[in-house]
Amino acid sequence: MTMTNAVMSAMGGQMHHHTSVFNAQTPQAQSIANLFYIDLAIAAVIFLTVTALVIAAVIRFRARPGDGEPYQDPGNPKLETLWTVVPALILLFLLVLTARAMFIVNPPVGTRKPDVIVVAHQWWWEYRYPSSGVVTANELHMPAGTNWLLGIQSADVIHDFWVPDLGAKMDAIPGHPNVLWITPQKTGTYLGTCAEYCGAEHAMMGIRVIVQPPEEFAQWEKAQLHAPAPPVAAAAVRGAGLFEEKTCMNCHNIAGTKARALVGPDLTHLADRDTIGSNLIANNLTNLAQWIADPQSLKPGCNMPNLRLSGAEAEDIAVYLESLK
Amino acid sequence: MSEASQSHATITSLADIKEYRGLLSWVASIDHKQIGIMYVVSAYFFLFVGVVEALIMRLQLIRPNNHLISPETYDQLFTMHGTTMVFLMAMPLLFGFSVYLVPLMIGARDMAFPRLNALGFWLYFFGALMLYFSFMAGGAPAAGWFGYAPLTEKSYSFDHGIDYWALSLLVMGAGSVATGINLIVTVLTLRAPGMTLRRLPLFVWMVFINGILVVLAMPPLNAALVMILADRLLNTHFFTPATGGSALMWQNYFWMFGHPEVYILVLPAFGVISEVIPVFSRKVMYGYGLMATSTVAIAFLSFGVWLHHMFATGLGFAILYLFAASSMLIAVPTGIKIFNWIATMWGGTIRFSTPMLFATAFLIQFTIGGLSGITFAAIPLDWQLTDSYFVVAHIHYVLLGGTVFAMIAGTYYWFPKVTGRMMSERVGRWNFWLLVIGFNGTFAVLHILGVLGMPRRVYTYPDVPYFGLLHAISTYFAFVLVLGLLVFVANMIWSLLRGKVAGDDPWDAWTLEWATSSPPPPENFERVRTIHGRRPLWDLKHAAVAPAATKEGR
Repeated sequence: MTMTNAVMSAMGGQMHHHTSVFNAQTPQAQSIANLFYIDLAIAAVIFLTVTALVIAAVIRFRARPGDGEPYQDPGNPKLETLWTVVPALILLFLLVLTARAMFIVNPPVGTRKPDVIVVAHQWWWEYRYPSSGVVTANELHMPAGTNWLLGIQSADVIHDFWVPDLGAKMDAIPGHPNVLWITPQKTGTYLGTCAEYCGAEHAMMGIRVIVQPPEEFAQWEKAQLHAPAPPVAAAAVRGAGLFEEKTCMNCHNIAGTKARALVGPDLTHLADRDTIGSNLIANNLTNLAQWIADPQSLKPGCNMPNLRLSGAEAEDIAVYLESLK
Repeated sequence: MSEASQSHATITSLADIKEYRGLLSWVASIDHKQIGIMYVVSAYFFLFVGVVEALIMRLQLIRPNNHLISPETYDQLFTMHGTTMVFLMAMPLLFGFSVYLVPLMIGARDMAFPRLNALGFWLYFFGALMLYFSFMAGGAPAAGWFGYAPLTEKSYSFDHGIDYWALSLLVMGAGSVATGINLIVTVLTLRAPGMTLRRLPLFVWMVFINGILVVLAMPPLNAALVMILADRLLNTHFFTPATGGSALMWQNYFWMFGHPEVYILVLPAFGVISEVIPVFSRKVMYGYGLMATSTVAIAFLSFGVWLHHMFATGLGFAILYLFAASSMLIAVPTGIKIFNWIATMWGGTIRFSTPMLFATAFLIQFTIGGLSGITFAAIPLDWQLTDSYFVVAHIHYVLLGGTVFAMIAGTYYWFPKVTGRMMSERVGRWNFWLLVIGFNGTFAVLHILGVLGMPRRVYTYPDVPYFGLLHAISTYFAFVLVLGLLVFVANMIWSLLRGKVAGDDPWDAWTLEWATSSPPPPENFERVRTIHGRRPLWDLKHAAVAPAATKEGR
């Protein structure tokens, strides 16, 4: 596990890295992985038994020239009881382990309120922190070592929040708020994706979870609450004007400005994020300008239209957005 | 037994039957054999269509960030692939075998309601055409084969694809209920004298139970389809949460149909295996009684497991426990069948003709599908693996490695009866090995992709370690699989034209359909004598040798 972790943190800044159900980074994921080992062991024993019996039958009882009709064995209640009862007992054992793991992975919540509310949209993620009031998009920040309750909701169709290294997945269903426990133990970047088919860009609805030391997380949360400073550089000032003029503000929110819409991702602190487009491409000036100029070329079918901006206009808006810290 | 073989000695191919000449004799037919053939031919045609759709998807997935086809096209393809394989291929294939064989196996002249039988086929046929017409009418459906609301609502799927999808499933669903009723009544009322329910061939047992499943399982689907159509066309609010509807209600209705549907697709395949293995092992079916009762148990339990498709939707623990227990319990009767089939082979003298080869592969591949199925019943594992490629692997091991392999075994087994010609055994061996290698190569690696976090239904994926490699392996083996299917089709066509004349009973089998000519005359039998056991032809052939054998099922 420790070696995997070293690799993980080394790759933490990358867009994509290896994930696995077995690469458990939370007690919840570990409990599932342990259950999976037992399930696989049981499956292997049953599979090998069946296969061995079939192969033995194929070899031993293949018809040979001169064979007459064999003895007509109509069945044996004792043997048949054996292969009814033994599998039933094995499954009963698995059922007990299942019930135990369920309590570790997603125990009943009681009156506890979620620490963060995940709102799935076609095709991006909104994260709301009710206690601090922080609202951000596409990158979920969490403190390490804390047992967090995630509220999982949807703004449109059914989605599903799934980060294999962190444990169970949970559907985001409109009108049916769900919850999910996650206790990240080690800092790092964990990747996941929407796991319920949700339309054209289901494939590009990546999840990026950034687990930080608690004090670093507190700083991040505090910084998020400050409205970014107004732009100073000439290009950024032009970009801010274009952002209002070119209808960007009809969909996006930037705290401290006239842009208050909640249709698309909140852009208040966009410059702090590693990626844009829901973990689609790295967040830098070139990529952002390309995204603003023609989002459909990067994420075909997404809800952000091509606004027919000139290259210079897209660049100015990108400069402005990259100043939002 | 039957004197049919004497009076129809000249029948050695379908062309010898004057009642089957001309297109009109088929279109206007109420003969269960012609209807059965039309079902099977249509089903194999749609198998071809579904395979082409799958192959385009596999080419799109051959490497990361591929842009061979657009996301919209990919979404239409996987929706049409799933819908085609379940409703246009598997169900009609099983119905085709059922309506062709049941009357013959129970010594009847035809189905109980021959006109209803024809109606069932034509509802399916035109329903299928309606579904494919959507491509020309502004776009095929693109919400997956289980079409989760509210993605299927007008606000999220605004072209007419979903309307075509829902209407065509409704039309085919009505046909399926008709055929289900027909099969139940046929088995209950038209059995030959002496053929008690305890002497019914196991294929007929499974088809009978299947008829009950169809009749009980289709209504929830049909009701849900009416509701989604009303939402889309009449602005009702069944599945729109914002205006008081429930998104989860669709899932409950759909899977209340959908899980019994899985067994609808599997029971007739079990029936085929239960005929093929005894005949080619030269042994009576081991534990006939338990085979029949375990089928009833599966049918009963299949109505109490549907929530295992919804374990990740956030349900209460009490209901989760109940459905985890029932989902594991249903594995027991399925396991019984596997062991009883092996016990039938044990001590036999097994002839490995092509049907038996496919039946043997079925045993192992279906076991793998069953074991991955149990994994989903262990709820926390479902919370990780559902909606991943692990599910894609699982469903294909059950329905392709299981059902389709069994039906290919059945095709090789009954082709001589239906056409009067043997299929080539040499080509059959090529067919078998290409399919076994192609199938397992394509789908085994998909389990690993699911464990590595690959979600299903994505048109492309990022360049993550192993993803590209595993998908490339899967795609290359898919070509082997397709080659195997082409060899299968070629073998059928070649054998139909040039195959060796089969005779009445080429496999030395023992159910009633082998007592008449190949192909059977329109009236099936001139006369059916009283049945004294489960294997009427065996009794006839061994009357002097083993009188004890005739006592079974008394």
